Amino acid sequence: MNSATREAYGIALADLGKKNTRVVALDADLAGSTKSATFGKANPYRFFDMGISEADMIGTAAGLATCGKVPFASSFSVFVTGRAFEQIRNSVCNADLNVKIVGSHAGPSCGEDGSSHQAVEDIAIMRSLPRMMVVVPADDVEAYKATIALAEHEGPAYLRVARLASPTIHDEDYEFQLTKGEVLREGTDVTVVACGMMVPRALEAADLLAQEGISVQVVNMHTIKPIDEELLVECAQKTGKIITIEEGSIVGGLGTAVAEVLSEKCPVPVRRIGMNDEFGTSGTGNELLDFYRLNAEHIIEVAHELC
Amino acid sequence: MNYDLVSITRQMRSHIIEMLASAGSGHPGGSLSATDIIATLYFKHMNVDPGNPLWEDRDRFVLGKGHAAPALYAALALRGFFPEEELVTLRKLGSRLQGHPDRTKVPGVDMSTGSLGQGLSVANGMALAGRMDNKGYYVYCLMGDGEIQEGQVWEAAMSASHYMLDHVIAFVDHNGLQIDGANEQVMNVMPIGKKFAAFGWNVMHVDGHDLAAIDAAITQAKKSVAKPTVIVCETVKGRGVSFMENVVDWHGVAPNAEQAQQALAELSAARRMGGYE
Repeated sequence: MNSATREAYGIALADLGKKNTRVVALDADLAGSTKSATFGKANPYRFFDMGISEADMIGTAAGLATCGKVPFASSFSVFVTGRAFEQIRNSVCNADLNVKIVGSHAGPSCGEDGSSHQAVEDIAIMRSLPRMMVVVPADDVEAYKATIALAEHEGPAYLRVARLASPTIHDEDYEFQLTKGEVLREGTDVTVVACGMMVPRALEAADLLAQEGISVQVVNMHTIKPIDEELLVECAQKTGKIITIEEGSIVGGLGTAVAEVLSEKCPVPVRRIGMNDEFGTSGTGNELLDFYRLNAEHIIEVAHELC
Repeated sequence: MNYDLVSITRQMRSHIIEMLASAGSGHPGGSLSATDIIATLYFKHMNVDPGNPLWEDRDRFVLGKGHAAPALYAALALRGFFPEEELVTLRKLGSRLQGHPDRTKVPGVDMSTGSLGQGLSVANGMALAGRMDNKGYYVYCLMGDGEIQEGQVWEAAMSASHYMLDHVIAFVDHNGLQIDGANEQVMNVMPIGKKFAAFGWNVMHVDGHDLAAIDAAITQAKKSVAKPTVIVCETVKGRGVSFMENVVDWHGVAPNAEQAQQALAELSAARRMGGYE
């Protein structure tokens, strides 16, 4: 409860390892941080630390996948999606291989390490790759279930997890379904579409707006690609206004994905909250979320503009 | 396996010329330099089943230098993975025979390649899987000499050694030339063998057009325990076609009809004479 999504990823991976011997894990010298070490301790013969070499890690994972293994390759999001981008493009996606790429410490909530370590572009670049699925779990319960679900899903996928602990919003019996957005709260005036640790903040904003008589629908869009178009259109038709919030760049991320769908299928005003084409900075994770206004206050402000 | 390797390599070279002439683009130089290595693998060493290309116990081949796809396709067709008649569809819209190998399309292609430097990592992954599953298969990876300028090759060289992948057998097709010129002018790669040795590999050097020497080196490499092996092959870019040999301009240009005819005539004369010289 209320743990970081990376913690839940490590536990899920270790649990998967007990049941599914096809699951293997690789890391690039950050296993203790990404929590893939949890798997490594339980399954030492199916865990490979590749050292500080993300490109080689992805290639090795691809080779394992050609032989029927289900590799989970983890590192910090910046490095696994950026340094190894072209390996992911060619050796994983273009080769259509069943490799799960897990980027941890994503977004400014990564904290003190600063801008070099805070991925803001990972969702955009992973989303741009044909065949790639992109999943950003909202809390630890969802991160656990998403990891299990991705092991069953055949094909390349990117799972984004966070360093910072964040509130749990789901019950243990929550039924997670890849590619299906989750309506957390019904509302009629505006829809907030959120992912990752922005989801609890969207719920907080909805509570506060409800006190002023503004009815907010809240959607947890955990799967950003392929995105749940049907649900987005339903929300647009119902509330007529959309706010997106993500812990990453608004260039190419969740907000862009939502705007792409709605501009073609149901044009309504869309406002994107996220990192505004900028890199992060050092600070504690929680400080930075407020510094970049990735918070309920900002959602409320935008809702006032729209409603 | 009892194949006439000399005859196979001649057929492969003729196919390569025909395919490239038909496509109007592609890479003759590096396909011809790699032909004897690929022929020795598919017709002498590799345990594969054309009727069951995804057979779990098969030996694997990763063509790191994916632009030598014509040589791989020629070998696969002659080995029975798909009809020889299909070879001339190379690079054409709708063909399975893409400009660079695509595992999702061509039976027998174990890995999609084309972006240089990624193959050895993939080969390592295949070997790790084989070891986990207690399978005895070997994984072969053929790299170009220009390709080893990619840093990932050395990451993978470190990994193969660290994980003691004795079932990884790599080749470097050392023809000395790359697109912009000679290796030593573009980016010196020497000494290749010493670099791999420093990374903990067994290193062998052979004449990459001496079929018996390649065969013997592979046989020796298979005996390695706890160490990966690299066989550095001294080769001639464009081998077998006089006007292409050692000419850098034939890296990525296809012969026109007249040039193809001349090349095929040379290859056929060599066939009659029993050699290339």
